[in-house]
Amino acid sequence: MDISLLAQFTVNGLMLGMMYALVAVGFTLFFGVLDIIVFSHGDVVMVGAFAALTGHYWLTGIYPDMSMWVELFFISCISIITVAAFGMIMAKTMILRLRSASPLNTLLATMMLGTVLREAVRLFFPGGSNPKPFPVLLPDISASFGDFTLRFDSVILFVLGALLIVSLHLLITKTKLGMAIRAVAQDEETARLMGVNFTLIVLITFAIGSAVAAFAGVMNGLYYNEINFGMGLLLGAIGFSAAIIGGLGNIYGAILGGFLFAGLQTLGAVAMPFASAYKDVFAFGVVILIMAWKPTGLIAEKTSERV
Amino acid sequence: MKTFNQKIAITCIAVAVMTFSLVAAPNFANAKDIVKVAFIGPLTGGVSANGIGGRNSAELAVKVRNEDPAAKYTYEFVGMDDECKPNVGVQVATKIASDKRIVGAVAHYCSAVALSAVKIYHRFGLPVIVWGAVHPDVTYGNKFNEIFRVNGTMINQNETAAKFMTSNGYKKFVIINDTTDYGKAHKEYFSKFIVENGGEIIESFGVTADQQDFTAELTKIKKLDPEVIYFGGLTPVGVRIRSQMNKLGINAQFEGTSGLKSDAYIEGLGDLSEGTLSFIEGAPLEKLPGGEFFSSEYTKVGYDQAAESYGPFAYAAMNLLLDTIEEKGPNRKAVVKALNAPAEYDSIIGKIDFDDHGQNTVAAISKYVVQDGKWVLWEDSEYASGKRSLKK
Repeated sequence: MDISLLAQFTVNGLMLGMMYALVAVGFTLFFGVLDIIVFSHGDVVMVGAFAALTGHYWLTGIYPDMSMWVELFFISCISIITVAAFGMIMAKTMILRLRSASPLNTLLATMMLGTVLREAVRLFFPGGSNPKPFPVLLPDISASFGDFTLRFDSVILFVLGALLIVSLHLLITKTKLGMAIRAVAQDEETARLMGVNFTLIVLITFAIGSAVAAFAGVMNGLYYNEINFGMGLLLGAIGFSAAIIGGLGNIYGAILGGFLFAGLQTLGAVAMPFASAYKDVFAFGVVILIMAWKPTGLIAEKTSERV
Repeated sequence: MKTFNQKIAITCIAVAVMTFSLVAAPNFANAKDIVKVAFIGPLTGGVSANGIGGRNSAELAVKVRNEDPAAKYTYEFVGMDDECKPNVGVQVATKIASDKRIVGAVAHYCSAVALSAVKIYHRFGLPVIVWGAVHPDVTYGNKFNEIFRVNGTMINQNETAAKFMTSNGYKKFVIINDTTDYGKAHKEYFSKFIVENGGEIIESFGVTADQQDFTAELTKIKKLDPEVIYFGGLTPVGVRIRSQMNKLGINAQFEGTSGLKSDAYIEGLGDLSEGTLSFIEGAPLEKLPGGEFFSSEYTKVGYDQAAESYGPFAYAAMNLLLDTIEEKGPNRKAVVKALNAPAEYDSIIGKIDFDDHGQNTVAAISKYVVQDGKWVLWEDSEYASGKRSLKK
């Protein structure tokens, strides 16, 4: 395989990996603080994309001549704020209430919530059952080197995604809020005794996780220029698997898992002798092997002594 | 204990009275007998736009019939969702077929679902007219007397498509197909006819029906540099592939099947849809014998979703079913027997004439191209007149 083709596959895989990592981070954050799996997370990504699209319809309705950078900024804000608020409401009204029940109930309830979100968008968004074009808000510039085409919009999206992950890392490790989140994740009761407002921290964590999902949704829309109500389903399954192989509860694990999964998919489609139709079978198959090899994930949670 | 028994007795009487009033009320209001007919299609999921269009159209046929004072029966419409999934389709088919009050059904847009459901209709003796599924085996893969189909099969579609493409000078093709029976059969027939007509299939790629990212496959395709990318699958995936082709700078002609020809394809892509080809049986609505009537009735009811390409077929299928019930009475066996008798029916889609497999043999294929945000019949397009040209 020549070098330009290899470069193209690498760039495609990196973009895919960034999106998976952003989704996986949400799964791992929620598991960290509450030990629960929020299965609707993939569909929250989809809601984020549709919130941005609604923002686009609304803004271009009022200011038809808006510059694309300004619009991009505003629709991202609309999406992130809406979805973060939704995350908090979901945590307050559903997740925290189900705390006293078995974790299975939370799993089931969030799975059903995912279906509700999906079908709600399909039914209530105008023409929601069809794929929707997402506005082109990044410059359509690309550079070609042989078979390798590097698109400027992909570069911007990748850098923005990386910045988001770095700021999330700084937030968790360097700020007081981050310390409180880590404290709750490590030991809820002790954190409470130390004066951490447990409910507030949970709500904020859900707001952060959902906001990252919203960003992933917008990124997905800008990258593919097409969104649909079912896009969250597979994204959720992949994000969850990425979080698991990385080590559930560990943010770096989720990021590693996201890129690893994208790498596996690309490898499955490109280098394997069988048809590309089996790339997901290949990727998920390797995930199962990794899980058998490292049951607690590639980067295991440090607080495994938690009782 | 006594009071308990009394309570039970009172409840029983109350239930009986309520049931009686529910059952009897419509009969008092309406002297005609009520006959149930069913529709099955994908009402949720990725291809629901087509399913809902079909459902509305079939329901429209029932509405029009119920408004007709000459109709012998009052028809009750039952619309069911098969989600385009064989496992769900089988459940729904069993539910419909085992309901003895349902005399006949108009069913299935998705071939994969139709293929697994036909056995059930056969077992229960329910007459079913397929309105959209194009896999040949739905009618030709069995000898079931109960199964009929008003639309053509993908054999005709792909034969026309292959002849058209090769006669326009295209030689190198890459196929992307979804890995359902539907997509695989499209690949099989298109490959067969392309080779027969002197073209070459460089490579084919199977993709799953819910895949979002095609950059890996398309990067490979870019390297292969085909003249045409043929897609055997449905609109949602088609939109994604066409959009990502553009992202990767692939400049090949994009060609789809009947599964791509929907308004949703153009809506999902905007300007990028320009120049895409598709092949579908039947003629455009305005050229159908009853097209104008169908459009005006459809608009009158005020459905908020378009009838889509197969809507007229669903309407024609339901209308044929209702005609047969009117003539032979609400009896499954009589309806099956009547539809199997050689006859030619007039419908809004033109003549319907079933062969001994229940397949409508009058299946002309139309070629379409997207021009200025509309599917235009090839012969009427600026591409055919030479004003615009396809890729390469």
